[in-house]
Amino acid sequence: MSLLAVREVSKHFGGFTALAGVSIEIAEGERFGLIGPNGSGKTTLINCISGALRNESGQILFRGREIGGLPAYRRTRLGIARSFQIPRPFHTMSVLENLLVPSAYVAHLKEAEAEAEAMRILAVMGLADKAGALASRLSQVELRKLELARAMAARPRLLISDEAMAGLAGAEVDEVLKILFALNAQGITIIMIEHIMQAVMRFSQRVVCLDAGRIICEGTPAAIVQNPDVQRAYLGA
Amino acid sequence: MKFWIGIAVVFLAALGTALSGANEYFFYAGYVVLTFVVLATAWNILGGYAGYVNFGTGAFFGLGSYSAVVLFKALSAPLALQIVAAAAVGAALGFGVGIMTLRLRGIFFAIATVAILFIMETLMVNWRYVGGATGLQLLRPEVIAPFPSYTRMLFVVMAFLALLAIAIARYVQISWIGRGLRAIRDSEEAAECSGVPTLRLKLFACVVSGALMGAAGAPMPMYLSFVEPASSFSLNWGVSALAMPMIGGTAHWIGPVVGALLLGSIQQIVTVTISNEINVLVVGVLLVLFVVLAPDGIVGLFRKLVGRK
Repeated sequence: MSLLAVREVSKHFGGFTALAGVSIEIAEGERFGLIGPNGSGKTTLINCISGALRNESGQILFRGREIGGLPAYRRTRLGIARSFQIPRPFHTMSVLENLLVPSAYVAHLKEAEAEAEAMRILAVMGLADKAGALASRLSQVELRKLELARAMAARPRLLISDEAMAGLAGAEVDEVLKILFALNAQGITIIMIEHIMQAVMRFSQRVVCLDAGRIICEGTPAAIVQNPDVQRAYLGA
Repeated sequence: MKFWIGIAVVFLAALGTALSGANEYFFYAGYVVLTFVVLATAWNILGGYAGYVNFGTGAFFGLGSYSAVVLFKALSAPLALQIVAAAAVGAALGFGVGIMTLRLRGIFFAIATVAILFIMETLMVNWRYVGGATGLQLLRPEVIAPFPSYTRMLFVVMAFLALLAIAIARYVQISWIGRGLRAIRDSEEAAECSGVPTLRLKLFACVVSGALMGAAGAPMPMYLSFVEPASSFSLNWGVSALAMPMIGGTAHWIGPVVGALLLGSIQQIVTVTISNEINVLVVGVLLVLFVVLAPDGIVGLFRKLVGRK
């Protein structure tokens, strides 16, 4: 049984078709890449999976259970966590407190345990020395790491990383990539949405390319790069 | 523990003063200031912690007054029962308003709360049983021993409600509920994705806030020996309930208390020394000053000063 099964999911915004019958199966422990040009429906798809949007037709099954009708917080509690493309920190809280929110609401930890776990996560992310800093004071790369750290504090089985590397410098991309590899090694399934091709191709075991709300290609990174449809979608050739 | 000792001390002090020979006017003015402590504290649970600005404090307050009046007129119900009923009605209105409007964000929620205020006022203006637009004279019952006057008794009752409101606001702030509400204020999407049941928490805040505002309105008709819609549902209640936490600081339970004591006292002094109309001006000017110069309020200023040392 796959961890996540998206079946024939569609979503419209007015007359605009954002998703037109998308189906994806993701296995437990997989590193999955989702690519596509701007406006191809990547973020809409993960919004439907995480619960920020409701899909109009089709099914979304998580661990065999239909979750299409559940509010986002219930899906987080079931084990789907995400980071946001534009970081949305709890900006009046410290970095540590940001992680205590999911600790309290998902993992139901006591304050002392929650803090210990949050510090462990921050150490993995390389944010331990920023634990007491106000989230609004963080740099871009630190904010991206905080997004991932907060998602991790919800103890997910599936982590959706929405362009966690966009706008970062080369060394910073490597840093975030290393973190994602480490999380995957702990057994967490990861969906990576990314524009930085080199990063997706290095990270993913399997890649799906979306264009205009449809899957135009699915395969190993090497096969995807060679695919003429993908080249056309990206280069407009 | 320290907090509860403080609560007990303040209550006993209020009770002691009420039984002492202090000037009657002190209680007359103090009652209003304490009413503002309840309203500001209640407002802050939704407006400060969760960031949902409510301009309709008067709707809850006025409905609390009218609930008490109906109970008093129909059943001669005792004051305690009037207050409990007014709290229940306030909670119900909070729930109803929450269900209908909490999907609205920011300015749209604020506008909806103003609409609720006008709806409530219109309803009472057209209800003959409670006196319609002209209002209703009420005959106070006998004062309960050991209080020397009815106003003094109401002062102690409102002191009790203020302390109750503070205790509830403090609990909400330091518990997991407070953390969730703060998360909602900072980013509702991120809160939801962190497992926070945002709609449920906002409804909770709306209900608790509404109940306290309703309770605060219940003794008002007895205080004035009179009730009428225009002043019960005045927009000024909402403006003050918003300005006081803003001036005191919205992040901490003490903020609205400081703001209400300060602004409420200034208002009482201005009413006596200058005029009633200047009140609104004072609130407005102070609000603008604080929003521009000290957005974190007096508590924020104090923290900055202490932090610098």
